[in-house]
Amino acid sequence: MANIQYNPPDHYLVDDLLSDEHKIVRDATRDWVNRSVKPIIEEYFEKAEFPRHLVKELGEMGAFGPFIPSQYGGADMDYISYGLIMQELERGDSGIRSMASVQTSLVMYPIWSYGTEEQKLKFLPRLATGELIGCFGLTEPNHGSDPGSMKTRIKDMGDHYLLNGAKMWITNSTIADVGIVWAKDDEGVVRGLIVEKGMKGFTAPETHGKWSLRASITGEMVFEDVIIPKENILPGVKGLKGPLSCLSSARYGIAWGVIGAAMDCFDAAVRYSQERTQFGKPTGGFQLQQKKLAEALTEITKAQLLAWRLGTLRNEGKSTPAQVSMAKRNNVEIALNIAREMRQVLGAMGITNDYPMMRHSMNLESVITYEGTHDVHLLITGAEITGIQAYK
Amino acid sequence: MKILVCISNVPDTTTKIKLVNNNSGYDKTGVQWIINPWDELALTRALLLKEEQGSPITEISVINVGTKDTEPTLRKALAVGADDAIRVDAEAKDAYYVAAQIAEVVKNNGYDIVLCGIESSDYNGSAVGGMLSELLDVPSVSSVSGLFIEDGKVKLNREIDGGTQVLATETPFVAIVQKGIALDPRIPAMRGIMMARKKPLVVLPPADIEALTEYIDYEMPQAKSACKMIDEDNAGDMIRLLHEEAKAI
Repeated sequence: MANIQYNPPDHYLVDDLLSDEHKIVRDATRDWVNRSVKPIIEEYFEKAEFPRHLVKELGEMGAFGPFIPSQYGGADMDYISYGLIMQELERGDSGIRSMASVQTSLVMYPIWSYGTEEQKLKFLPRLATGELIGCFGLTEPNHGSDPGSMKTRIKDMGDHYLLNGAKMWITNSTIADVGIVWAKDDEGVVRGLIVEKGMKGFTAPETHGKWSLRASITGEMVFEDVIIPKENILPGVKGLKGPLSCLSSARYGIAWGVIGAAMDCFDAAVRYSQERTQFGKPTGGFQLQQKKLAEALTEITKAQLLAWRLGTLRNEGKSTPAQVSMAKRNNVEIALNIAREMRQVLGAMGITNDYPMMRHSMNLESVITYEGTHDVHLLITGAEITGIQAYK
Repeated sequence: MKILVCISNVPDTTTKIKLVNNNSGYDKTGVQWIINPWDELALTRALLLKEEQGSPITEISVINVGTKDTEPTLRKALAVGADDAIRVDAEAKDAYYVAAQIAEVVKNNGYDIVLCGIESSDYNGSAVGGMLSELLDVPSVSSVSGLFIEDGKVKLNREIDGGTQVLATETPFVAIVQKGIALDPRIPAMRGIMMARKKPLVVLPPADIEALTEYIDYEMPQAKSACKMIDEDNAGDMIRLLHEEAKAI
């Protein structure tokens, strides 16, 4: 009974490609966003405050780890369902989607994929409900696109490891109960470990002054001789493959998520263009406004098809990291362009927080950079074509 | 105690309706289908009652008279928490036809409480609930905004002018519910959607019943005329326009 107006664009009837269950998943998330996110998000964004009360609701809804097996608290769902959840959450706000992305793809996914049975049973059910909040530490102050040069180290002390180093641009670091941290061991091999809140020597200062993802917490993780019990190592993976596989899962979610932001902007602009009158007719009746709207719908349609096909490949176990890069890169770019263009359709009204375009635009400036920058993703495609890595 | 919630499958309330086939129907392409909002609230109340400690409610079923296209709506009801679903495999021809089909199912399954939304948001007929109770020869209470079970006794609230009327009734009965029966419709959780995969959705052949009416034609409402703004310095123009153009005075 949500009374928020929303006519989601579906020009190519992509809905017909979805199962009934997919549509129930999508609609349930949409209803939740209408009820719990839309009415409050502008205020939290303006205050630069994370609406923490939503974590419990997200957990109850099942937005954390939907593709994780139900024995660990997930919902046995496929990757298209995961994508649709991300799409609807990001229609609400990229910060809310980021919360669910990090929890699902960057925290639950590595524990599920590379953790011991004890680790899975200890952490996954409580991460699924939102009782525990997770974060993911890979990027460092001096190593962003080049994570292989990371400086964070674990030293084997016999019965435990000693962790030293720092991570930066970490969603939820200040409130996280669990951190999946990637560090090099004595042999220089990247290992994944579970850092828990309260471990001595671990601090997480918040990053202030962001003009983007303002309804989401970003911070650092600083480790000074943190004692890591050996049972907190993820035994199932060594090397950069570990964190990169997590990023593939998260980037996949972003490729879907940003479509939600684009659809939200498009929907608001279409409605406005039919209500706003200038020179005696709706502004939507002018060619230059129609050009903006038509190009937006074209790009949304292409992005929807790209995401759906990628989801199908992922369900079949056939999607490659390069395919994920292409979808993430393309879809974030079109979403950002659409947010800017749709703001113009609203004229001056578009800059106010009565409409979502400015907030989405500001958020998408982060999304186009995090989880692999726009440029690096292009070079991943370039390497796929030529066999030559230009980003090194 | 078993509850049956009657579910109507309706276009999302923001759907733009486009008439087709000489205005005898509407274009269903791209339409998003939802549980009729009043039925959804009825289902939510049924679920809350079942979840109460020591609740006598043992089973909540949902029913829809419709073609296979309506199954996603029933699946959603299962995902929200209904235990099983029944679809009477027939086009919902008119209110009597729907009520009579549901009555046949109720007679065969022995439900204690039957809940219907006060109207459906597509045709707004407000007729099925009343007809159903008459066909079943059981009490019906309309405009129900509260449903409680205390010590095995059913109490119903109805909003009346300036207050609330409280009624008691014996089971079985039909309650025709309005807003207020539940605050917000329950949103299905992913685990509920997962569990709905294994819940029964029974398809029954329709009983041999004739509809009493036939829908032959629809008309769209006339477009609203543009709003004319009158400058405060020329208030007299309003009188002239009301007289000459609107012909209201």
